[in-house]
Amino acid sequence: MTAVHAPVTGLLDVERVAADFPILSRTVRGGNRLVYLDSGATSQKPSAVLDAERGFYTQHNAAVHRGAHLLAEEATDAYEAAREKIAALLGATARELVFTKNATEAINLVAYSFSNATAKAQFGRPLPAGAERFVLRPGDEIVVTEMEHHANLLPWQEVCDKTGAVLRWIGVDDSGRLDLDHPAHGLKAVLGERTRVVALTHQSNVMGTITPVRVVADAAHAVGALVVVDACQSVPHMPVDVSLLGADFLAFSGHKMLGPSGIGVLWGRYEILESMPPFLSGGSMIETVRMEGSTFAPPPQRFEAGVPMAAQAIGLGAAVDYLQSLESGDGSARGLAAVAAHEHALTGYALEALSEIPGVRVVGPTDNRERGSAVSFVVEGVHAHDVGQVLDDRGVEVRVGHHCAWPLHRRFGIAATTRATFYVYNGTRDIDDLASAVRAAQVFFRVA
Amino acid sequence: MELQSLYQEIILDHYKHPQGRGLRDPFAAEVHHVNPTCGDELTVRVTLEGDVVMDISYDGQGCSISQASASVLHEQLVGGTIAAGLSITDAFLALMQGRGTVEPDEEILGDAVAFAGVAKYPARVKCALLAWMAWKDAVSQAVERHTPEVTP
Repeated sequence: MTAVHAPVTGLLDVERVAADFPILSRTVRGGNRLVYLDSGATSQKPSAVLDAERGFYTQHNAAVHRGAHLLAEEATDAYEAAREKIAALLGATARELVFTKNATEAINLVAYSFSNATAKAQFGRPLPAGAERFVLRPGDEIVVTEMEHHANLLPWQEVCDKTGAVLRWIGVDDSGRLDLDHPAHGLKAVLGERTRVVALTHQSNVMGTITPVRVVADAAHAVGALVVVDACQSVPHMPVDVSLLGADFLAFSGHKMLGPSGIGVLWGRYEILESMPPFLSGGSMIETVRMEGSTFAPPPQRFEAGVPMAAQAIGLGAAVDYLQSLESGDGSARGLAAVAAHEHALTGYALEALSEIPGVRVVGPTDNRERGSAVSFVVEGVHAHDVGQVLDDRGVEVRVGHHCAWPLHRRFGIAATTRATFYVYNGTRDIDDLASAVRAAQVFFRVA
Repeated sequence: MELQSLYQEIILDHYKHPQGRGLRDPFAAEVHHVNPTCGDELTVRVTLEGDVVMDISYDGQGCSISQASASVLHEQLVGGTIAAGLSITDAFLALMQGRGTVEPDEEILGDAVAFAGVAKYPARVKCALLAWMAWKDAVSQAVERHTPEVTP
């Protein structure tokens, strides 16, 4: 416990950042300091985001893209400005960005494009030009990976059940990386001429593994498949430029990146979005409507039926501003690059701290390379639920269970893990508290 | 430190030394229940003779609360009547769902009274109930199967 740690560099000024988050000043379970290590599930919100949402409701609230009165104009402008801001963060254009209620809905939007196009084609009903790439035939293949969050697995299982397509997957090796060269579950083995979609995570929500999206995307494109990337754990934590990533679609949630709940984002290459049939239908996604049938607006409006979540979009815009304003304590980086450097330093510190505890095993990469800040582990002889309970008793809030990645846990032969995830308001003190709470759990359950 | 009220000594004892663990033959019904939020699993078999519960055998994996609860269930219910088992189950259910407001009756619950503290932790109530819901399901299947069909 008295090991000398290497100096930790690249951190944000955590005390200053934490002061921007009102919730972090409350106490939990008998006066303990709140040590929030569950940002991978949802992040806390800075005052700037809360103020932006409240400011919208108190000053500009109206239904966007409807009406011609002043408030409607202001609300629409604010909503569209948020879209532009978020698009700029990704190196994309605003018209490529669809607001959804969360990342799950964003992925479902793409998945339903396949099953909807397939169903319409079957009856010879109208489809946008280029929609053939969304029409599946029995025996077509959809490829995912074994480390997917259920949100990027179940929608594809559903598409398979509705179209007769077959689900295949890239395996995970013992170190928690994609096993791209595996003879049975590697890239070459799994991808083929029937592959129509490859859907993969950019960063594992359990192990923190950053996947080589570019490599997979290039291989997918070589066989004519579309590439869908679950970026829930990457966009909030590191610079992501869609022009370099190689993906055709990218999905993420606002609430995991300091934004409000109820807002997610789907980015798609414009010509592909244009070729997709609608997902949800109704108001504001239309071009003309007649009793005999209707035509639809171009993207992104085609995919935003109903009055959208304007305050949440504006809140997410404020979160992007906030993230971009952050600066490393030593001034070496700004914005998402500073966030990534901060988390990289914390992850190294956490991996070292956990490795010093006998009976604790990290699941996933233990070398602090090509990995983000999700650190999941098992404590020998103590179930994750019980570990989490002792941690919670000391104010350390982590996630326990399979973290919506049940097949990945099966792959490692474990039922549940304890997961700590770090964000901009976490510092080394939080990790010290985590480590001592894990030791306390071992003592409580008499395994140490 | 409220941990001791949650993890009473009896619970930790049952967790470390589970009673009646392991699946045994023959059985009247078998069920497999899971807690989808955490992945805990339990297979439960019941063996009946008339209206007496001859055995409840079980196997699974999960947290101390869910596994100790299965062990206590085995200890409390085996050897009694089905009706007695179900009434203990009802009392346990009421205790667990009472958010800490239900006064447990040790006369009825026996060692299961040790789980009273769990009721204050809503996220753990499902863990405590896993075995009890499984047994209830199994026994109702067994009884249904052995009730001769009555034609009106």
